[in-house]
Amino acid sequence: MRALVFERQLARFAASRVAADLAGSGRGVAVGPLELGEIEAPDLPGAGFVRVAPRLAGICGSDLATLDGRSSRYFEHIVSFPFIPGHEIVGDVEGGALDGQRVVVEPVLGCEARGLAPPCPACAAGNRGRCERIAFGRLAPGLQTGYCTDTGGGWSQSLVAHESQLHPVPDRFSDEAAVMIEPTACAVHAAFQGSAGGRRVLVLGAGTLGLCTIAALRQYSLPGVLVAVAKHPEQRRLARELGADHVVEPAEIVRAARRLTGSLALTGRGGALERVTGGMDVVFDCVGSADSLAGALSVVRPGGEIVLVGMPGPVKVDLAPLWQREVMLKGAYAYGTEETPSGPASTFDLARDLVDACDLGQLVSARYPLERYEEAIGHAAAAGRRGGVKIVFDLRRRPRRGRGVGTDDKETP
Amino acid sequence: MSPRPGFVLEVDRSTPPTLFWHGEGFHLERLPVGSRVIYPPEPLPALTDPDAAIADALEHPLGDTPPLRALLRGGMKLTIAFDDVSLPLPPMRAPDVRQRVIEAVLDLAAEAGVDDVVLVAALALHRRMTDDELRHALGERIFNAFAPHDLLTQHDAEDPDNLVHLGLTDEGEDVELNRRAVESDLLVYVNINLVAMDGGHKSVATGLSSYKSLRHHHNVRTMEHSRSFMDRHHSELHTSNWRMGKLIAEAGVKVFQIETTLNSNTFPEQFGFLQHREWEWTWKDRAGFAASSKALERTPPELARRIFHSIRSPHQLTSVQAGEVGPVHDRTLEHVHRQQLVTVEGQTDVLTMGLPFISPYNVNSIMNPILVACLGLGYFFNLYRGRPLVREGGVVIMSHPTPWAFHPVHHPSYVDFFEQVLSETTDLHEIEAKYENAFATDPWYVHLYRTSYAYHGVHPFYMWYWCAHALSHVSKVIVVGGDRAAVRRLGFSPATTLADALEMAEDVVGRDPSITHLHAPPLLIADVQ
Repeated sequence: MRALVFERQLARFAASRVAADLAGSGRGVAVGPLELGEIEAPDLPGAGFVRVAPRLAGICGSDLATLDGRSSRYFEHIVSFPFIPGHEIVGDVEGGALDGQRVVVEPVLGCEARGLAPPCPACAAGNRGRCERIAFGRLAPGLQTGYCTDTGGGWSQSLVAHESQLHPVPDRFSDEAAVMIEPTACAVHAAFQGSAGGRRVLVLGAGTLGLCTIAALRQYSLPGVLVAVAKHPEQRRLARELGADHVVEPAEIVRAARRLTGSLALTGRGGALERVTGGMDVVFDCVGSADSLAGALSVVRPGGEIVLVGMPGPVKVDLAPLWQREVMLKGAYAYGTEETPSGPASTFDLARDLVDACDLGQLVSARYPLERYEEAIGHAAAAGRRGGVKIVFDLRRRPRRGRGVGTDDKETP
Repeated sequence: MSPRPGFVLEVDRSTPPTLFWHGEGFHLERLPVGSRVIYPPEPLPALTDPDAAIADALEHPLGDTPPLRALLRGGMKLTIAFDDVSLPLPPMRAPDVRQRVIEAVLDLAAEAGVDDVVLVAALALHRRMTDDELRHALGERIFNAFAPHDLLTQHDAEDPDNLVHLGLTDEGEDVELNRRAVESDLLVYVNINLVAMDGGHKSVATGLSSYKSLRHHHNVRTMEHSRSFMDRHHSELHTSNWRMGKLIAEAGVKVFQIETTLNSNTFPEQFGFLQHREWEWTWKDRAGFAASSKALERTPPELARRIFHSIRSPHQLTSVQAGEVGPVHDRTLEHVHRQQLVTVEGQTDVLTMGLPFISPYNVNSIMNPILVACLGLGYFFNLYRGRPLVREGGVVIMSHPTPWAFHPVHHPSYVDFFEQVLSETTDLHEIEAKYENAFATDPWYVHLYRTSYAYHGVHPFYMWYWCAHALSHVSKVIVVGGDRAAVRRLGFSPATTLADALEMAEDVVGRDPSITHLHAPPLLIADVQ
């Protein structure tokens, strides 16, 4: 099968990091450890596993961080090489009880997929994202499909997944809408991690995760005031459309937080605002960089919360305000089971409903064939600047005029 | 030779290009044949002995009041309030008129044995003056005598302990004033009446009041019904202030009003071409224009701003009158009109104006987009008596760079107003209803107004309301050479050149419109027949 494979090659890993540092995110792919090749499809690891033929597979911010060589060494023990990236997947099941059905893959590889019984307390409670055994069991280490050598990943023509990972997609969903369910689930989970109801909330970042978090907060948390920080015009438009009450540019964040909370502020030289003394109740950091975390700390109120939604790497941040202002910093990773007013609900089910309600399929901006992966990854890294949001690989087989069956090799923004 | 009155030129083929101000710069524009250009009267002669004139005014007051000397006695409490940094424009060469007048008042107070004297800068909701600005306005002698002893104060419209609520006018308007002024045996107010809007009961009722009081006349309705606020008998702004003035008098606050007028000798010699009519430019004017224009082309905007704000105007005193507010102000208006009034026959389809680098609210500061709008549509549009220069449904074309830039210390709430409020709506009534209170009571703006050098949180609203009459009167506002995004944020249309702007105007007023250019500053008032 055709697949993009990420090898453990330290020299190329370093080269991609240098290229990304010099030329920007996504520019190190050509020299990095990702390669397109013809390889054997992964074997079925055991009972309950089936093959899935991806239709669309998204390019996520965490994929870009990995390709840029910016991801944390923390992950070294919970990924296995070589792996096929891609964890935002809609595809067709081949075999098993769901044979022939279109599904999205819930990529976290918890106890059930790993054949571990009894499951760890987190998996038993339905919070697979917190699984304590992601490096153990019948699968090689890997926190998710797309980072595990045994399962394959979405950037290929075939992967294996445990039936517990599969969520059938209603017929009314387009493939574009379906591929948005996984990132939306991350956003829904983040919304439930923060205490946003009726409060003054700020979402930092308006890429896929930021925009989906805005939609999730509006749908499930009912914040009092929802402020979005967005860099690019199309992001600002979408942030408003998805429910932000106010949308501001990154340079305006402190002034906006001050204005909207009626806070006092501390100024630097020339009268420029540096940080507010009160501030927002909850900040969702959907970027995960040192700058974004410092930004969050400059606008969150004493006793407030920062929910870290975007995947961070090693960052250098002054935590004095976190300490002095007794701010709670909380991570929001993946998905599981959420406590809703009507009882526990699967994050994926809530995400599916949200994609449907808010037409989040519209966030898919361009599709590329695997062969054009360098271009696709470059586009994903510059998506905001180029007026896009989610870039996906298109693995669907379509009849070509006069040429039989093959992949559509046209970018369709 | 007596100065020539104002003049309306009709442009013909032999007319040289017309000078347009453009922020910290200027350029020459060739107006279409048949356009009119309104020039202000030439500067009136200055009083030959200003100190003697001031002494005479204090000895021979107008209205039903004894001379100032007779009002002063030992043991009394005397407060002298004076106009702030917003007047005159540009700041005048030392000695400032305020210094001359206040020194004369203090000499009389000393002779009478008055030792409880406090000076108050009548800021209303303007920013506080810096020590340098106070020194310039009052002179070293006064500054050094009063400032170290905390006897040189600046009105604080947000200090509840130092405000007194005097009551409500017949129309239910709150009158809340500076406590020291109210509790004094005599309040002397020293004005610089640069334009007809200044002075009268507005001096005390506005300059020494609070937001609670000001909101009754600084609002959209009042400004829509001030036609114009340069014509006090047709200005709801002034009618309200006069009602307040009546209540202030009834409450027992004794005001001795001193008003002064200046001639239109606005720019120093090296900028003489700005004072002269283009077809009369001497070789020196031409050389001055060419040298200034060339130099400014290569000067970074910030440096150009600093250079222009260092200009000290050679304004000279043309009159001083003192005594009872009403009669004093009537006499002042005669002098202002003598200097500024120009008779203009009929309205125009298109009014063009070049906006300079300075307005009352950006002295030593940045002319941000809101102040550009206010200067053009608030001040220049309202420089009329009778009817507006531009017809209803006409077009105003303003020339100014309109940078998307704000002074972070002076105008913090302006930034928020521009970024938040104007990005959502430019509708005056909606803005007033939805946002004014939040900005006016925001504790951060209050803090900066009181302790830093910031205009009050509500001030950008007032600047926007100042445009109310113009915005309801004209169909289109075009800004030539402005930052396009900033111009659009204001709700106006950007144009690259005057020719483009005139073409855009034709979409509204039709082909071959009548065009009138307001050749100011120096300032003028068009008496539209």
